[in-house]
Order: sequence, then C-alpha cells, then structure tokens
Amino acid sequence: MPTTQSTATLRSQPPIETGARPGVFRRVLEVVGVQNISLLMAIALVVAVIGSQNPLFFTVGNLRVIGTAIAISGLLAVVQTIVIIMGALDISVGSIAGLTSVSSAMIFTATGPFLGVVGAVGIGMLCGLLNGCIIVFGRVNPVIATLATLAAYKGVAQLISDGRAQGYTGADGFFVFLARGTLLGVPTLIWVLVIIAVLAHVLLRYTSVGRNIYAVGGNDIASRLAGININRYIIGVYVATGAVAAIAGVLITARTGSGQPVSGSEGLELEAITAAALGGAALKGGKGTIAGTILAVILLGILTNGMTLLGVNSFWQNVAKGALLIVAVVIQQLRSGERRIGLPG
Amino acid sequence: MVKTPAPTASGTDPAPPGTVMLSAAGIEKSFGPVRALQGVQLELRAGEVTALMGENGAGKSTLLKILTGDLQPDAGTLTSAGTEVRFTDPRQSRLAGLRVIAQEPEVLLHVSVAENIYVGAIGRQGLMFNRAALLARADTDLRRYGFEKVIRPETLGSALSPAQRQIVEIMRALVDNPSVICFDEPTSSLGDEEVVILFKLIRQLRDEGVAIGYVSHRMHEIFQLSDNITVLRDGKFVGTKTTADTNHDDLVRMMVGRDLSQFFHRDPVIPGATVLELRGVSNAHVTDIHLEVKAGEVVGVSGLVGAGRSELMKTIVGDLRIDSGELLMGGTAVSFRAPADAIAAGIGFAPEERKAEALLLKRSVRDNVALARLRSLSRWIFVRAADEKALAAEYVARLGIRTPSSEQLVGNLSGGNQQKVVLARWLATHPRLLVLDEPTRGVDVGAKSEIYAIIDELAQAGVAVLVVSSELPEVIGLSDRIYVMAGGRITGELARDHVTEEQILALAMDESAADPDLTISPS
Repeated sequence: MPTTQSTATLRSQPPIETGARPGVFRRVLEVVGVQNISLLMAIALVVAVIGSQNPLFFTVGNLRVIGTAIAISGLLAVVQTIVIIMGALDISVGSIAGLTSVSSAMIFTATGPFLGVVGAVGIGMLCGLLNGCIIVFGRVNPVIATLATLAAYKGVAQLISDGRAQGYTGADGFFVFLARGTLLGVPTLIWVLVIIAVLAHVLLRYTSVGRNIYAVGGNDIASRLAGININRYIIGVYVATGAVAAIAGVLITARTGSGQPVSGSEGLELEAITAAALGGAALKGGKGTIAGTILAVILLGILTNGMTLLGVNSFWQNVAKGALLIVAVVIQQLRSGERRIGLPG
Repeated sequence: MVKTPAPTASGTDPAPPGTVMLSAAGIEKSFGPVRALQGVQLELRAGEVTALMGENGAGKSTLLKILTGDLQPDAGTLTSAGTEVRFTDPRQSRLAGLRVIAQEPEVLLHVSVAENIYVGAIGRQGLMFNRAALLARADTDLRRYGFEKVIRPETLGSALSPAQRQIVEIMRALVDNPSVICFDEPTSSLGDEEVVILFKLIRQLRDEGVAIGYVSHRMHEIFQLSDNITVLRDGKFVGTKTTADTNHDDLVRMMVGRDLSQFFHRDPVIPGATVLELRGVSNAHVTDIHLEVKAGEVVGVSGLVGAGRSELMKTIVGDLRIDSGELLMGGTAVSFRAPADAIAAGIGFAPEERKAEALLLKRSVRDNVALARLRSLSRWIFVRAADEKALAAEYVARLGIRTPSSEQLVGNLSGGNQQKVVLARWLATHPRLLVLDEPTRGVDVGAKSEIYAIIDELAQAGVAVLVVSSELPEVIGLSDRIYVMAGGRITGELARDHVTEEQILALAMDESAADPDLTISPS
C-alpha cells in the first residue's frame, strides 16, 4: 500500500520474488485462457448434443470430413487473426485464394507441381505486398484498401481464366496427396493447417516480431516512439497473409482437381473474420490468440457438420452460425468491463 | 437571426453562502476485495471552494464518480440541497445541478469549439441549426468568463491544446447553470497563464454562490484557492481543515502520513562531456534552437503551453523532422529518420501523453518494460522469457512500481506507477540521454518525489537528462540549467543559482518571440 514505501533507489533492493506459484487450476486457466474455456465448453456442448442424436458423428471417417472441411477456411482465419491483432483487416484473402487457385493450376499445366505451388505462393505474396503498399504509402484505411483489391484480384482471376475452371490436377500425385493423402493417419489438409497455426502461434507468443504486432495493434504511436518500424510490420503481415492465402488457393485446386477462379473461395474472407472474432480477437487491435481462433474454427466446423448430419437445411445453418457469433461476442463484451458508451470495439 | 439568450450563471436564486449544497457521509465502496472507500465524508458549500486532496489511489476519483452517480456506493448517504438522493446515472446528478469537469476532457475533433460546448443542447431553427447564432452565443459566453483571448468559437476540436480542451469542458458545464461544480485536477494540463484565467473563473463562480469542489495535487493552488480542505488517504477520511488554519507540511503529513521535508534533493555533479547539442535547429514547430545537454546534467525546459516544448522534444527524439540546423550526439552530427534511430543513438523518451503515446494499456507491465529493447532480449527473433521476466522484476523493484506482479495489465495501475513503467522502459535501454516531457503530470506527491529521486540518481550515474515541466517549482528544484521557450524559440537560458519564478515567466511571455514577424531585426 502506498503509505509504507520508501523513496526509490536505483541501487538498493534486490529483485522482487514473484511469490508463491499459483495453483494447478489457475495455471491451466492461464495457459488456455478464460476466453478459450468458454469455447471449449461450447464445443463440448455441441458434440454432446449432436453425438447423442446421431452416433455417426463420432466415426473416424466423419472426424476426417470435419477436419478437411475446416482446413482451408482455418488457414485464412489464422492469418486473419494476425492481421486483426495488428489493428487492421484483410478482406481480400478470399480473392487471393481464388487467384492463386487458378494460377497454380495454370502454372502446373505449363510446368509441373513444384512451380505450380511456388508460383502461386509468389503471386499471393505479391498481392499481399500490393495491399500493404496501398495501405502504408497511399494512407488508405485497410478495410477500404482490401475491399478494393477483393474486387480487383477476383477480376484478375476471372480475366486470366476467362471465368472457367483451369487445368486438371486430379491425376497428379502431389495434388492428390494434398487433397486426399494422409500422414500418420491424419489427412494432409489438417497437417497443413496445424503447421501454419503452430507457426503463427509461436510467432505471436514467443518472438519479438509477434510482440511488436500486438504493440502496433495496441498503440501505434507508442510503438513508433519505442522504435518499432510500423510500416515494415504492416507490409510484412500483409505479405505473409498473401502467402498463406495462396497456400489455401493451392489446397482449393487440389480438392476440386482444377483451378477455381471464384467458386471455391468466394466468401472465405467472411468465414475467416467470423472465426477470428469468435475466437476473441478484437477488431480494434492488440488482442487475440491463435488458440482461440482455432477453437472457433473447430466449433464452426462441427456445428456445420453436425447440423448436416441432423438434416438441418443449410439456410437454417447460416442463421445458427450468425446467432452463435452474436451470442459469443455479446458475452465477451459484457464480460470485458469496458464502458458501455459509443461504438463498441 | 435567432436570438439565443446567454445563459446566466445563476438561473434560480442562489443559495445563501455557507449552505451545504451537496454532502456525502459514511461512503463505502469496494471493488472485489479492494476497499476503495471506507467511511468517507465530504461537504460542498455554496460560495466556498472545498479542496479534495490525497495521493493517487487515495480514492478521490472514486468519490467523484459516486457523487455523479457514475458508481453506486455500497453504503452511506448523499444529500443534495437538504434531501437525500440516490443517483444511478450521471444524468440524474446533472439534473440535480452537479457537474464534474473531467481531467482529460473528450472533445469532438471535427466540429468547432462552439458545437463542442453546446453539444447535446444545440439550439435549432426548425430542422436546421443556425451556425452563426451558435458562434455568436459561444463568443458571448467565452467573453463572459474571460476566455475570449485563449480560444475561438470557430476553431476545430482537433486543433485544441489540452488547456483549450479543458476550457471547452468548463464551458459545457456552465451551460447548465450548475449549483455544484467539481474540478478534477484541472490544472494538470494547463500552463501558468491559463491557470490564472481558470482561477479567476473559479473565484467568479464561487462569488456567484456556486459550491466548488477542487481536486488537485498542487499545494500552492490549494492555498490560493480553497476555503476548506478535505484529505483522503488509502480510501479513508483523514480530516477536513479550514485552509487558513493549516499549512503545507501539515497537509503533506495528512496525505502521506510522513514528512517530505526534502522534496527535491538534487546533488549537482560536475557535468561531463556534451551528450546532445542542437545548432540552429528549425522545423515547422521550432525555430533556430541552440541547446546543449552534458553528461550528468539535468536540464529543464520551461515555457507556456503552446511554446513548442513538446514539439522540440519530439524533434530531438526523431519523431519530427529537422528542416535545417544540426543535431549532434556525442559531438557527431546525426540525422534521425524515425524514433528507432534516436533509440539506437542512446536516447530514451517519455512523452507528455502517457496513455496515448507511451503505454500498451492492455498488455502486462513486463511487456511494457521490455518493449524498447525486445531485440536485445531475444535470440534471433525468439524472446528469452526468463531474461525478460528478470528485467521486468528488476525494474519493478528498482523504481518501486507498485503492482501485484509484473504480469498485471498496465491499464490497471495508478498514474504514478504507469509513469514509472514508462521510465523503466527507457532505463532498461541504458540511455545516454533521457528526454522526459512532463514526467510528473497527474502523479501523486509520493510518486513525484520518487521520480525526482530517480532523475537525480540517473544524473549522478552520468546520464544526460532533459526535462520539460509546466510546474515552475519543479523545473527550478530539479534542473541544473533551464531553457525557457516562447513561440517555438528559446528565449533564455538560466543557471541553477538564483533562478526565480518571475525570471522564467518573464522569458516565457517574451512577446517578440511569440510573434517573430514583429521582431525588427535579429541582433
């Protein structure tokens, strides 16, 4: 308490011991996070309800179906989370996925699978670089900038493909492995998501780069005054986002057997934002975790799968997903203790 | 043109002086396990200024929030003009005639001062609003309270200085003709000139029969202004005294429960080599600045609000560009393209707006302390968690940052401790030059003296320190040399010995510097 301290001295006083170790429960809670506990509970609830109605839900085959279904949107949700933590938004990820899906198939047809994948990732990074440069050097709001490139990249994809599916990758070993192969019994698609998610998690949690991303999203002026090159971070994050969107594009090509300019990717950006928000990322920036986003992706995946198994029609499924997001975010906001004034963050 | 009647300061008959307009008794408030207020009482009387004092965390803000209905007390009673009241919402207390002037007022950035003042109560003519009438009304009201030279009705909110924002907030309150007005540290962002105007206004309101509550850390203000003083400590009521019957030492003892006889203890050392030198530096904000800071020296920068002090600091730390002139670090000319370059050259900078420009409020103390030297705490890009933890723990202990742990979110700390976190961030980079812009603004007496001690020890250790302060006793007590600024120029340099507040003020109000067009020829 403030009355008992002595004047601070810079040389005396040994470092403070951080005190007794917190209990096991609190440490688990710290690692998982309160936010994620509620997501885990929601997942348990959905699993219990659906599992009790339809035992098919628990079969290995069905779990694989869920896993492969969420892999592509999961990838985009993971990178979207990083963008959101930085205080920005990337609406163009779906279009980048579409553009890279088509171009990977076209490059594959002309050369081979290796260049097809590398070329797609390169194109994705170029798209991200353009997004970042428009934002940083054109001083355009990220929503507006990527709203514009959402349309533009989609247009480019349609132009180079003439609006039709391109190439045929269904006979290529590598693409088939991506789409339907397994490693240690787990589908390749899931491995890709797991690898990207772990990389993103490690980046955000254990590296100076990640910490600076949180800093830029939390307070950009303070970040600049603390020596962070904000522009470099913005451009870097958008380039990385483009690269991951391109991987998603390659996976779309692999799953459908051909390059899809629009049909496989349209609307993915909204699914990605939905998952990030459900996972606790704040659109104002500075807050969010990959673990939360992944749990949200899983929750949305099993909800869709379960409702399909239960024969709920897809119109109602959309209503249910929307309702879930609203309920989750309202609960978060009411618990956050923020003042209830003006437009909420 | 529609005639908008100017508001009168006392719409109804003012209560006779001495009538208790608002009182609180036996107020209790807890936040979880923390008892923020225990048995607190306060009386605000018509025609009197009652000062509310106490260190940060003593419960002053909580008490104000309870008075306005922003928070509800766990126990105790509020009485307004003789009847017991229960405010569940700030609007209710406004209707009952109570207004609180916020410490950091919110201003709408893209509309004029006039619209800012009457926001929520803008007069209409049919469906349209008459801008000319509104501006005229604002002009009349500003003149009435003597602010016409300080702020113009048509100025945009985004162009206002902290002092001018304060004035907008005060004008907003006066529109309602309140019978009770509480000021929450109103002078913390004001220069001395504005303080004079504010005091004149407060006295005018008092004489019109308004009951004034006045929260401040500044002792001399309290003695100039108040009739009674109520002191809180750690959420408890310590006592109420008549101002005439008490003195400085008495109050400090009541507030901190200990004697602060040596408030400033500066032991000047013989300065070493020149660390920072500015030769004729100019840009859009400052003109022809010559300045020098040596190792082991504490150099003060004084001046009125708007004199260009903060802009000069931001120029030195590479946040603002230099158009002409030279900046030398350790004798070699350098050019900073961004703050990162200045940090690399050994400069640390604690800006004026702590929350907006320095802190990550939603991150931990540890994160905030490590922010400026994450790279050196990392192997490649991986932060060495143990080193980072040790660093945070070390500075929490060295600076006496009062926090449950270094994992606490900075937003939950008091102002003084937040400022220490900012200092810790820069001390952790082992700077050669530390630039501090208003390091004790909004900081309580205890933390203030700790910050002074930190500055002193840094100078002893050979760090060059540049301090901007609006508080004259602070600049004089702390600095070895003082530069005074006015109108973006340095108008004078004073040595430590024999500096008086009058000398500084005379230089700070140097008219010729304030408007360079009027100077006939530079000598």
